[in-house]
Amino acid sequence: MASKLTQSNRAGWLFALPGFGLMVVFIILPFFFAISLSFTNQRLISPNPTEWVGLANYRQLLGMGMITLDAVTDESGQIVRDDTGAPTYPRLREYTRNNPDYPHLDGMKQWFSFGRGGEARTFVLARDLVFLTAVKNTVVFVLVVAPVQGGLALVLALLINQKLRGINIYRTIYFMPVVVSIVVVSLLWRFIYDGNNGLLNNILDFLSFGYFEPVNWLGNPKTAFGSIIGMSIWQAVGFHMVIWLSGLQTISPTLYEAAEIEGSSKWQTFRYVTWPGLRNTAILVLIVITMQAFGLFAQIDVMTNGGPLDSTQTIVFQAVERGYGKQDISGGSAISVLLFLIVLSISLFQRWLTRERT
Amino acid sequence: MANVVLKDLRKSYGNVDVIKGVDLTINDGEFCVFVGPSGCGKSTLLRMIAGLEDITGGSLAIGDKVVNEVQPKDRGVAMVFQSYAIFPHMTVRENVEFGLTIAKATKAEKEAKVAEAARILQMEHLLDRRPSQLSGGQRQRVAIGRAIVRKPEVFLFDEPLSNLDASLRMDMRMEIGKLHKDLRATMIYVTHDQVEAMTLADKIVVLRDGIVQQIGAPMDLYHHPANLFVAGFIGSPSMNFLDVEVKGRDGDALVVSNGALDPVGVPSTLEATTGTRLKLGIRPQYLRPSTDTQAGKLHGTVTLTERLGSETVVNLRLTDDSALIAALGEDAIFDRGRNVSLSFDPTRAHLFFAE
Repeated sequence: MASKLTQSNRAGWLFALPGFGLMVVFIILPFFFAISLSFTNQRLISPNPTEWVGLANYRQLLGMGMITLDAVTDESGQIVRDDTGAPTYPRLREYTRNNPDYPHLDGMKQWFSFGRGGEARTFVLARDLVFLTAVKNTVVFVLVVAPVQGGLALVLALLINQKLRGINIYRTIYFMPVVVSIVVVSLLWRFIYDGNNGLLNNILDFLSFGYFEPVNWLGNPKTAFGSIIGMSIWQAVGFHMVIWLSGLQTISPTLYEAAEIEGSSKWQTFRYVTWPGLRNTAILVLIVITMQAFGLFAQIDVMTNGGPLDSTQTIVFQAVERGYGKQDISGGSAISVLLFLIVLSISLFQRWLTRERT
Repeated sequence: MANVVLKDLRKSYGNVDVIKGVDLTINDGEFCVFVGPSGCGKSTLLRMIAGLEDITGGSLAIGDKVVNEVQPKDRGVAMVFQSYAIFPHMTVRENVEFGLTIAKATKAEKEAKVAEAARILQMEHLLDRRPSQLSGGQRQRVAIGRAIVRKPEVFLFDEPLSNLDASLRMDMRMEIGKLHKDLRATMIYVTHDQVEAMTLADKIVVLRDGIVQQIGAPMDLYHHPANLFVAGFIGSPSMNFLDVEVKGRDGDALVVSNGALDPVGVPSTLEATTGTRLKLGIRPQYLRPSTDTQAGKLHGTVTLTERLGSETVVNLRLTDDSALIAALGEDAIFDRGRNVSLSFDPTRAHLFFAE
């Protein structure tokens, strides 16, 4: 019914205002704020005036260098070796601290090194080791979680896409972790992973008849990040299962019947009927998992706080930690902008991947 | 090649009986059509033969081997679906050779068989296209091609032409008929369209509510329908049914009449006594109206004349207020409101007990 209210442009804007206003204040403004702050030295609370620093924040985050050093030799030209027989190298500090010959390496620390044949060794240096660790961890997280979680979700979806009595109970069980807050889930898993009396250690102890040595899953740099990966996969697998399920149900049942009459085995049916029919769903699932995985934060914040020994640092955790923990809001903003660029390029890649082919 | 024998075949979903004991023998090389209204169980019966539905009771034999518990792929059947069921992500060639791919046939074998199927169906030029680039008729051709390459003993068609438009349907109908003559395979065909049934079948099985009403050759069903349902289902326009009362017996014939029909003797074997109410069935094609109101035994008024070109359909209201349809030659002219009488050959009329 056409009344003055429904036709008035002003009324329309007024109705949109609450939602639109909130979006402007909490999404659009902060987005541009972050970009501009990342070029300054703004601190969260500071009496000093803000200064424009150009790309200094980015240089700090991404600054990397390389130096190749020859092994140390004694007077006779013999390589000096340590107790394990490995050659020794000059101290990196001599190059990275106030060395006028290597100004570009000033303030950097060793990230990793690799041999180059012979006894020379190349050292990769980084200005901000913690951030690069966070990037590396996040990428590892994405590369592990995307295929494993996606695959596991598909297996679950195939299992529950059957007409069985009580199948809804399984659907509910698998979906349950998704509706529980990630903070609560993280807290619970902290108990499961507990080093002394955790559920996981107890179960492993029971299954191995007491031979299993208890592990402090979250306290050990070797197992901490893996534990978080495992728990994260478990938590969101139900969500992607539902997406797969919706994809499965768009495949016409007669296609399966046709395949059955042609004598197709279960595996052949999956290969020739199910999987091709899930192509678009697969792309969607992978992109969504990737996006979510890049945003890894709550689990870290609740379970490990980035430790032990920075082994569970991630990009978003670093952004928050820096911006609010260390009150370096400009550094945190720069990290956010970098994350935005990473996610944007993945999103563009996805658009390219799923483009309409003519 | 194989015959198909159904013995007291039954199907129920829980307490609901869908197929209530079907006995049927389809000979080797025969074209058998299951026909009936929606929900009569004809598709279910076909799917039971295909192996897509479990058999609740009775036995099903293909080629003298009972196959109740045999997997669909081992029954030697191929099926063409109403929705075509061709795989959207494969080319026509990949679709046609799908069964061979599954059976891990060699490339040369696949190419030879696909080429042969394409030749039979005249779709060589379509082989590298995708299903989305095909018309409905072409898609159905692909589905039939996929069935042909497997050289099945029995072809099953589940309403294959229902999704096509009228003219295409006629073309494809003729092609399927031709295919049957070329391949000489046993074919079972499900349709709700009695024209398809009449034109294609060697043997028609009329089903209703999971029970076989009549089995026979098309013209057999047309001229000698076993009951009221078959009489009404086969033939277009449908047979006219008049409520009549038995007045007596005259040798082989029962003398019947009603308010619009003068007493007439219709040959019948029905055990009916005087006063019994029966249905008199007369096909519209066998009615001859005349403007002379005393020429025929049926009396009424023309209410509508439809000219279809090849024939003219005249709707009438009889003097006892029931409706009647007569189908006449192309040029018969009867104006609306005209009082007419209709004559008919009593040997071509049928008497049934009312249901």
